[in-house]
Amino acid sequence: MTVSMAPIAVIAAEDGPDPLLPHTSELIVGLVAFALLFFFLRAKVYPIFERTYAERAAAIQGGAQKAEEAQAEANRLLEEYRAQLADARSEAARIREDAKQQGAAIIAQAREDAEAEAKRVAARAEAQLQAEREQVLRELRGEVGSLATTLAGKVVGESLQDDERSRRVVERFLADLETAQASDAAAARDA
Amino acid sequence: MSTRIVAESGFHSPGPADFEFPPLFGEGTFFTKPMLVIVLGTIAVGAFFYFAARRSTLVPGKLQFAGESVYGFVRDGIARDAIGREGIKYVPYLATLFCFIAVLNISGIIPVLQLPATSKIAIPLFLAVISWIIYNYVGIKRQGFGGYFKNMMFPPGVPKAIYPLLAPLEFFSTFIVRPFTLTLRLTFNMFAGHLVLLLTILGGEYLIFEYQGLVGVTAGSVSILFSIVLTFFEAFVQILQAYVFTLLSAIYIGGALTHEH
Repeated sequence: MTVSMAPIAVIAAEDGPDPLLPHTSELIVGLVAFALLFFFLRAKVYPIFERTYAERAAAIQGGAQKAEEAQAEANRLLEEYRAQLADARSEAARIREDAKQQGAAIIAQAREDAEAEAKRVAARAEAQLQAEREQVLRELRGEVGSLATTLAGKVVGESLQDDERSRRVVERFLADLETAQASDAAAARDA
Repeated sequence: MSTRIVAESGFHSPGPADFEFPPLFGEGTFFTKPMLVIVLGTIAVGAFFYFAARRSTLVPGKLQFAGESVYGFVRDGIARDAIGREGIKYVPYLATLFCFIAVLNISGIIPVLQLPATSKIAIPLFLAVISWIIYNYVGIKRQGFGGYFKNMMFPPGVPKAIYPLLAPLEFFSTFIVRPFTLTLRLTFNMFAGHLVLLLTILGGEYLIFEYQGLVGVTAGSVSILFSIVLTFFEAFVQILQAYVFTLLSAIYIGGALTHEH
């Protein structure tokens, strides 16, 4: 060390104090000042800074967490809405399908009903017709009988008073007529 | 020795003599200008931090932000980087160290004061000694007395053949070289910076007012202008040296705490 400081020491000897020699009272003042500063700052300042850092970090973390929670909540709601929307869509489709089926069923039912009604109406009409025809036939037969008897009496010139006989005649005539008709029809059918 | 020649022609060249100050309050009192700088600088740092931390809020005001930035710079930029997670324990010392050195360096370019108190070797010396005590203390406390010396002088992962050479070097480096380099680096950066500023300012002044003439005024003006540029450069060096001293202290502490060098 003595070697390295030699050139400076030369100047120092000529020009002033050796810059390598510590000044005792400066050292003491400096040490005391530094110590006071250190203990003051350590007691009054650094803990406050550290506390503020910690609080700030906590606040930022809390904020981030809150944001995260809000995000999660929003996502959950979105999922829910989507699910609800999908449900509603499938429900609507189902209802539409049902309605279509029901419509088809109603139409089929209505058609069936209408057909049955039509058949029923037709059957009733036929039955009525039959009844009327029979009635007409019956009336006609009576009338034709009396008419023919009257006519035959006039032709014969003798009253065919004997109702029993005249009725038998008429019956026979009508029976002949019917068989002739039937054989005509059979002939026509065979032909 | 060229300054000698100039000195003979009437110019007093700045030298170590400019670092000697008579007592401020007359003969027999001990209080000198460097001490005044120390006291003022200490009060300034203390007041700055006191007002920065007073009424501390989550959303900081300007002053609080400034204080927190300085503290945070040492905390995260120096302690955490150089020491690691454990570094937080040493932040109070390192932050105080950084601010103390920085303000006593900066006092070299503060008008009226214009003396870097750290150019007086006493200041860097006791700071280096404190750092020296701390890093050796934590090293011995952490690794045990034998372990600390063993890990320092015989670091693992080095070929055994090198140990005879390495062991004395490491010992010498850790116990003797480190405190001296810390002290001398800071002291003579400030010393030399102050001398250069004095030389350009006093020299320029001498050239303009004493030497006179076109040459004197021109050269003197250039010298004065150059001193302004140098002042900015000095401001940079002053902060840088405070950072270097603090960072090296932190690295030494970190090195003592871990087994690796």
